[in-house]
Amino acid sequence: MLERAIVLMGCAIGAGLALIAGIGPGIGEGYAAGKAVEAVSRQPESKGDVTSTLLLGVALSETTGIYGFVTGLLLIFVAPNLFLGML
Amino acid sequence: MNVNIQGAPIYFIIPIFGGIPITASLVVTWGVMLVLTLVCIWLTHDLKVKNISKRQAAAEFIVKTAENFVRNNMGEKWAHYTPFIASIFALSLCSSLASLVGLWSPTADVSTTMAWAIVVFVIITATKIRTNGIGGYLKGFCDPIFVMAPFNVLGEVFTPISMAFRHFGNIVSGTVITALVYAALVAANHALFGWLPGAVGEILGAIPFLTVGVPAVISLYFDWFGSFMQAFIFCMLTMMFIASAAE
Repeated sequence: MLERAIVLMGCAIGAGLALIAGIGPGIGEGYAAGKAVEAVSRQPESKGDVTSTLLLGVALSETTGIYGFVTGLLLIFVAPNLFLGML
Repeated sequence: MNVNIQGAPIYFIIPIFGGIPITASLVVTWGVMLVLTLVCIWLTHDLKVKNISKRQAAAEFIVKTAENFVRNNMGEKWAHYTPFIASIFALSLCSSLASLVGLWSPTADVSTTMAWAIVVFVIITATKIRTNGIGGYLKGFCDPIFVMAPFNVLGEVFTPISMAFRHFGNIVSGTVITALVYAALVAANHALFGWLPGAVGEILGAIPFLTVGVPAVISLYFDWFGSFMQAFIFCMLTMMFIASAAE
């Protein structure tokens, strides 16, 4: 019983820690959006290009956060069964 | 509190090769493909040169937009990739939007997005080999020096993995957050109206008033914006990778 509790606790804490990965993309995307605002206010005619480049860059920098999210999902839905099966 | 987050439901299992599961993603993907094919046939039947109908104008607008999209991002000599990019865009968009009509989104299943990413990866590799020859392709891994070879191989392998997980993660995070918010609203509703004494509280607590409205706003972002965004980004990355593979 104790082993099961420790495994489940470890998985839950790990999932929580994995979602710390969301901080990085948050800061990065905010910085990119701020720079895009600066660019548009300096050259309003380039709004279309800036917006599409911004969206692409934001989506790319989001990848690390998505990795964290997928890791969290795996730790909640896959890892407990896997580790409990090993016991 | 009842939170229900699951993978693709399995309808039945074909009992050959150790059992091939037929999941909801597979069925819905075929359904989306059928719908797209029928729409294309309907849009393109009996085309005319003069006196075009509204239907033909719409078809011409879609084709024109797709061609301009590919030409602007990949250049003139890649215009023959337009059908491929447009079909991936349409398939991705319609698969993600399938959740709006209550179906399971195939893109919330990593197998679907991984399959698309592998198709793109094969095209990228083929383009690289066609441009530089097989020797030049293998030599590209030892750039700038041969010590970097493992990292280059890793970078190459992670291209499809990151494309697949980006699309999958964005769609499935919408599903998870919607499920969590829905469960939280039901619980909040129960707590709010459950205080009323007697049968009134029980009846009012059982009817989820709070779940009207809020999930629609969340769906607006995750379903509409997210689906368009991810389809756009998947196509954009495909085009950029293919175009840069030929250098």
